[in-house]
Amino acid sequence: MPSLPDMNTPDVAELARGAAAASRATEVPTPDAGQEAFFEALLRIGDSTLILGHRVSEWCGHSPALEEDIALANVALDLIGQTQMWLGLAGEVEGKGRSADDLAYLRDAWDFRNLLIVERPNGDFGHTLMRQFLFDAYHLELLKALAGSSDPRVAEIAVKAAKEVAYHLERSSDLVIRLGDGTDESHRRMQAALEALWPYTGEMFLSDEKDAEAAAAGRIADPASLRPAWERTVRDVLGAATLTIPEGAFAHKGGKRGVHTEHLGYILADMQFLQRAYPGATW
Amino acid sequence: MATVTRPSPKEVWDWLSHVPDPEIPVISLTDLGIIRDVAWDDDTLVVTVTPTYSGCPATAVINLDIEKALRERGIEKLKLKRQISPAWTTDWISEAGRDKLRAYGIAPPIDGTAADGRLMGRVNRMTGGNLTVPCPRCGSTHTTKVSQFGSTPCKASYRCDDCLEPFDYFKCI
Repeated sequence: MPSLPDMNTPDVAELARGAAAASRATEVPTPDAGQEAFFEALLRIGDSTLILGHRVSEWCGHSPALEEDIALANVALDLIGQTQMWLGLAGEVEGKGRSADDLAYLRDAWDFRNLLIVERPNGDFGHTLMRQFLFDAYHLELLKALAGSSDPRVAEIAVKAAKEVAYHLERSSDLVIRLGDGTDESHRRMQAALEALWPYTGEMFLSDEKDAEAAAAGRIADPASLRPAWERTVRDVLGAATLTIPEGAFAHKGGKRGVHTEHLGYILADMQFLQRAYPGATW
Repeated sequence: MATVTRPSPKEVWDWLSHVPDPEIPVISLTDLGIIRDVAWDDDTLVVTVTPTYSGCPATAVINLDIEKALRERGIEKLKLKRQISPAWTTDWISEAGRDKLRAYGIAPPIDGTAADGRLMGRVNRMTGGNLTVPCPRCGSTHTTKVSQFGSTPCKASYRCDDCLEPFDYFKCI
């Protein structure tokens, strides 16, 4: 994963590996037939945080104000840090020796399981914040539910990440309200962003047989169960922002099955270039 | 086989209390509350560390600083263990650490004010969505939040409306 390179200390990676190897406590459930669905469910979480983290990091150096630039970079950093934990666990569950780095850098688009909303282009600053808000509101509910997972490894990552995501949501909703209930121009742009992104929210709550299997084992939350709380948050915030929630329930879908928009390939080309061009490169 | 005198965990804690945090060097790793345990496992010293934020780039540097400090004290077999549960909270920052933060110009966390996702209730509790954070320089409570995220993920940016000094607030998590 893209942790910051440390030029002077080449043994950091070894230390980290040692620490990771030692960090797994005792009560890890024994593998069973549900491992494949569990692996899939973990990819769906980790790939969404990875791709959104990468998207948000594209703002670095381009935001409208220094404080916003820093804030976006910090949100991206949190998401990438969470990805290391989710994909690290996914690799462990899969049991084929793949690390979080392997999963992030060496899979092609059809193996990614992220929601389509996170691969949407950034658009303008308001568009990026609207996408962030719609995702944050879902993300926090997801993590709160995962905190009750039957697998302690999932629960502990979720508890940790939820603390960070609560701040993401606080920031994105504050800015959505300020821009929505702002000038005519900012209101118009936020309403346009909401209308463009709304059809991508339905996918968050759709389940398939893999979700159902992992949810039945108590490992993950049933996606549909997250919807009422998400809708409450979205209604409250968009109402305060004087924005109108679009009608219609059409939902773009496919990301969770590996059917992506053309945008994901460009993201991967950028993100994976180094490991593809120089396999195994380390620093 | 020579018997080497092992330092007690208490002694190791004391050594670690002199290792500065790489990003906020006025406080130590023990002030920050990220050292969770120090114990001997046979002939290996096991130091359990918990990350602050999951993406905090200081984590790798912290591990290295711990290793360097303990090697200098003659520890040969060392294992650093990462533990993410219970998740780190700013409640674990020591009183001494809070005083050092303030003296350095960073407002220390105000316990019990972590974001919890209950947006509307939280906005009501804090006037205009702004938590009152006293200015670490002049003590005024007439301050404004500039951004939820500051120079590192663990901080928010504030401005004092009396002495006009911008400052970091170590936000509660």
